[in-house]
Amino acid sequence: MATIPIAPGSAGPALASRSLARRLVSGDQVAHLFTLIFAASVILITSLLFYELWINSALSRAKFGWAFFYTQNWDPIFEQFGARPFIYGTVVTSALALLIAVPFGLGAAIFLAELAPAKISDALTFVIELLAAVPSVIYGLLGIFLVVPFVREILGPALKKTFGFTPLFTGPVYGVSYLTAGLVLAIMVAPYIISVSREVLMAVPNDQREAALSLGSTRWEATWKVVVPYARTGILGSIFLALARALGETMAVTMVIGNVPKVDLSLLAPGYTIAAVIANEFSEAAGNLYFSALVELGLVLFLLTFILNGLARLLIYATTQRGAATP
Amino acid sequence: MSHPPINTSPISHPPVSHPTMTHRLRWRKAVSVVMLSLTGLCALLIISILFFILGYLVWNGGKSLNWDFFTKLPAPVGEAGGGMANAIVGTLKLLLIASLIGIPIGVIGGIYLSEYGGRVFGFIVRYTTDLLNGVPSIVVGIFAYSLIVLHTKHFSTLAGGFALGVMMIPITLRSTEDFLLAVPRNLREGAMALGASKWKTITSVVIPAAYRGILTAVLLALARVSGETAPLLFTAFSNRYWSPGWNQPTASLPVMIYTYAIAPYEDWHRQAWAAGVVLLGLVLAANIIARTVLSRGIAVPR
Repeated sequence: MATIPIAPGSAGPALASRSLARRLVSGDQVAHLFTLIFAASVILITSLLFYELWINSALSRAKFGWAFFYTQNWDPIFEQFGARPFIYGTVVTSALALLIAVPFGLGAAIFLAELAPAKISDALTFVIELLAAVPSVIYGLLGIFLVVPFVREILGPALKKTFGFTPLFTGPVYGVSYLTAGLVLAIMVAPYIISVSREVLMAVPNDQREAALSLGSTRWEATWKVVVPYARTGILGSIFLALARALGETMAVTMVIGNVPKVDLSLLAPGYTIAAVIANEFSEAAGNLYFSALVELGLVLFLLTFILNGLARLLIYATTQRGAATP
Repeated sequence: MSHPPINTSPISHPPVSHPTMTHRLRWRKAVSVVMLSLTGLCALLIISILFFILGYLVWNGGKSLNWDFFTKLPAPVGEAGGGMANAIVGTLKLLLIASLIGIPIGVIGGIYLSEYGGRVFGFIVRYTTDLLNGVPSIVVGIFAYSLIVLHTKHFSTLAGGFALGVMMIPITLRSTEDFLLAVPRNLREGAMALGASKWKTITSVVIPAAYRGILTAVLLALARVSGETAPLLFTAFSNRYWSPGWNQPTASLPVMIYTYAIAPYEDWHRQAWAAGVVLLGLVLAANIIARTVLSRGIAVPR
């Protein structure tokens, strides 16, 4: 980064008065240390966060071990805790969200980066970034009163009629379901995919486009076979970011998924997710084991998003730097 | 934001006379037009969803919004009417505590990254900050719970504010860093050439040059956490009355929206819409002010 490469202390010998120099240098060192402590506190807070999750989930980790992840029984009364329904729900809803959001998001990003005139592109991007700023509880509110009735009255019956022969669209349609949660999540994560992918696409050097066009490819071929592959690492990064966001999303999902701790193959059935069960049961978790099991769910969520975000950031750093370095 | 000037005209006269080739070229051009229009449709679809959401919310919320909403306490369960005055004040109190934690760490940490940050340690701090930014808000809630609520043994404004403060840090820090880096290098060199120490340069030249950017960063961070619900559910909890001091559970707008929306009463749904439109109005206004007015002339980092 473009910091000025003068280390505190190196200015010392250049100055005439040694005492003045010492005073300045020591003042600078205090300031350096002062800001360093604040910056380091970020690392401290993140480590403390992990430590608290680890310590408070010790009871549950010791009692259930790996079985926690694949047993199905969530029973606070008999203190049996298995996270399979929640993990399943989280994976299914996030996958659905990406399945819907990636094609649309990528399409919109291509339009904004490659086709739209600069002014229109900037204006639309501004609007899309506002979409990302809408609080998740508002998406939940709209989900309850708009998307749930839509799935119950229109989309659910239609899917059942057309694809009812597959196990994916069977059973009664309540409106609250994996599918509903996936739809709401898709709307929520699309802005992330669009705004990051657009940036990455715009960082692709112009020679790439010109070379493809001069070889006789059409505009679409130049975009799809040259520009998009060039930017694929960054686009993958944006998808990881969106996935991490979808996995951890709480309010909107809690409000539309139905909160039933069962594994159901049908996408029209109500389900549950990790974040939703924490939101619903944490404040009333009586008993140490119950509390500990919920914290372990939090730990799972933390580790998942930590890894995904870690990969995503590295991918995005790599592409935008490569893009910027090419003249 | 410069866009690549692409000239597509050279392919308008195919020099090939072979019939299958022209057919193939026509096909390729058709594919190009169709696919490119599809990308436009994608953009259109997503934009129209935003306007639909806004319109639906404003229409529903506007209908239910009245003066009582801002001045009265929630009515007892089963009675119609009442407002959310306590939730509005609660949200402001939570944001105040969050600011006390998030702004100093974010801004000073950002100064460190942009002005001092070493290659390795700077990278570690930057990376950790980005990762902290991605931690789900509900997990931050668990953190605040186990750090504060577990020890004080009751829900409080303090615990909720702490959770929001932790969430403010990464946003403030990274944007502050970007805005400071955008300050031209010759300003720093000028100050140093006049004999100012590094710290003097930062406080009297760099920060004044970037103060609007820093304000933008703070405002964006506040906008982001003001709508957070999940970390408040079991830290600040909720309250149907006024919450005196900082050690009591308190109501907040987002949590009220949640509890009112999932409740079975028609009148509560009406109030949830009203609270929704107020919250969204605040968040969007803060975003628009931060991105257009305050940061005019400098690009908002994302």
